[in-house]
Amino acid sequence: MNIPKSFLGYKRENGRVGTRNHVIILPVDDISNACAEAVANNIKGTIALPHSYGRLQFGADLELHFRTMIGTAKNPNVAAAIIIGIEPKWTKRIVDEVAKTGKPVEGFSIEGAGDIETIMKASKKAQEFSIWASEKQREECPVSDLWISVKCGESDTTSGLASNPTVGNLMDKLEPLGVHLCFGETSELTGAESVCAKRGKTKEAQDKFMKTWSDYNDFILKEATDDLSESQPTAGNIAGGLTTIEEKAFGNFQKIGSRQFVDVLTPAEEPTKGPGLYFMDTSSAAAECVTLQAAGGFNIHLFPTGQGNIIGNPIEPVIKLTANPLTAVKMKEHIDVDVSKILSREMNLDQAGDELIKSTMRVANGRFTCAEALGHREFVMTKLYRSA
Amino acid sequence: MASTDIIIHDKKDNVGVVVIEKVAPNQTCNCWIMEGDGSTTVEAKNEVPLGHKLALTDLNEGDTIIKYGHDIGKVVKSIKKGEHVHVHNVKTKKW
Repeated sequence: MNIPKSFLGYKRENGRVGTRNHVIILPVDDISNACAEAVANNIKGTIALPHSYGRLQFGADLELHFRTMIGTAKNPNVAAAIIIGIEPKWTKRIVDEVAKTGKPVEGFSIEGAGDIETIMKASKKAQEFSIWASEKQREECPVSDLWISVKCGESDTTSGLASNPTVGNLMDKLEPLGVHLCFGETSELTGAESVCAKRGKTKEAQDKFMKTWSDYNDFILKEATDDLSESQPTAGNIAGGLTTIEEKAFGNFQKIGSRQFVDVLTPAEEPTKGPGLYFMDTSSAAAECVTLQAAGGFNIHLFPTGQGNIIGNPIEPVIKLTANPLTAVKMKEHIDVDVSKILSREMNLDQAGDELIKSTMRVANGRFTCAEALGHREFVMTKLYRSA
Repeated sequence: MASTDIIIHDKKDNVGVVVIEKVAPNQTCNCWIMEGDGSTTVEAKNEVPLGHKLALTDLNEGDTIIKYGHDIGKVVKSIKKGEHVHVHNVKTKKW
């Protein structure tokens, strides 16, 4: 198949390209959710991104909170952003960083004004942004403007056999075209960690991966009452035929094909070393992982599933594929790409990879994913430890 | 082309995964080797259900199970070609 050389995207002020054109109303903290949701309700063409945290966090946990907030608003799928927080200082910190992209952004703080006055002021600005963004047109952009993140969920044996390798096949075909790629799930690589580390392009990347994984493993050993041998693989995994944690990890690992990673990113960190594959330190919980990858600047997501995970994201379209023939039929409204014919050998990996590329291009051009049509907007902050 | 009963991921693998409801004892199973799009057959010795693994060669205690071309654990009870490979005869090397 000839891989399309371009897609129709939204060119942003800083040179990045969006596959979507959202105007977001982003609360800085949990107590500003009501205000943000009221503004999004007032002004059509905007979406609120409510979440649970943002108060009394400190240290690395607070830094991650800011990185996620700032990265989300900076993402090229966002045309313009309204930031609403209880206090002016933290709100301004986010606005100032987002403004560096050149996109329209304005902050509002509730303290001293109250919800109603803030909602009025923010709604007026949101209306301005929404009308401005509605005039943006899609333009032809090179395929290298795609930043693709991947993560699997509700995996079963069909994931490691077919749907994850389909994503790997896409990576092998698109990486040479200058695409940015990202995989994560630190915990789910346990058992394959030394093989994964060897995929680092440089000694530095390899060492960084091992340190990231070891830090995670040390945390598990400290917090866990046992060595995970009772919980990994899970009873469900074993019933499905997965024998060891290594087997589960290598199934997951199929998503990166034969690629090597350029660098290791902290959660929600934006890659800065050019095109290629990056590993991001993330949880393996679906919504947390995709939220972090979107905050890292990724503009389209591929999600292989076995038993049928239903996740979506408010700003990054999530394309789901499955090789499980039962899931493809019973949960049809959640599945964008059905590659179950691989199991019956009616389709090989090369053909499945091509099908996934075609679907990815269509979604990049604006086609709704199943999750978008169903209204899945899971926006979940990763919390490193308890608040003060 | 005959229907596929078992998928073998990598040419180096010494186990394959059943992709039909189950394979029966003495059944000659059609195997698809995904790497290189090749074919082979193996005779099943046990009933092995969907998603579970079957040995493609005789394996002794201490041998390594290879799937996806990688080490996924050690044999703790010898396994004959065509037998079910799972938690009763294979353990992680992790712990």
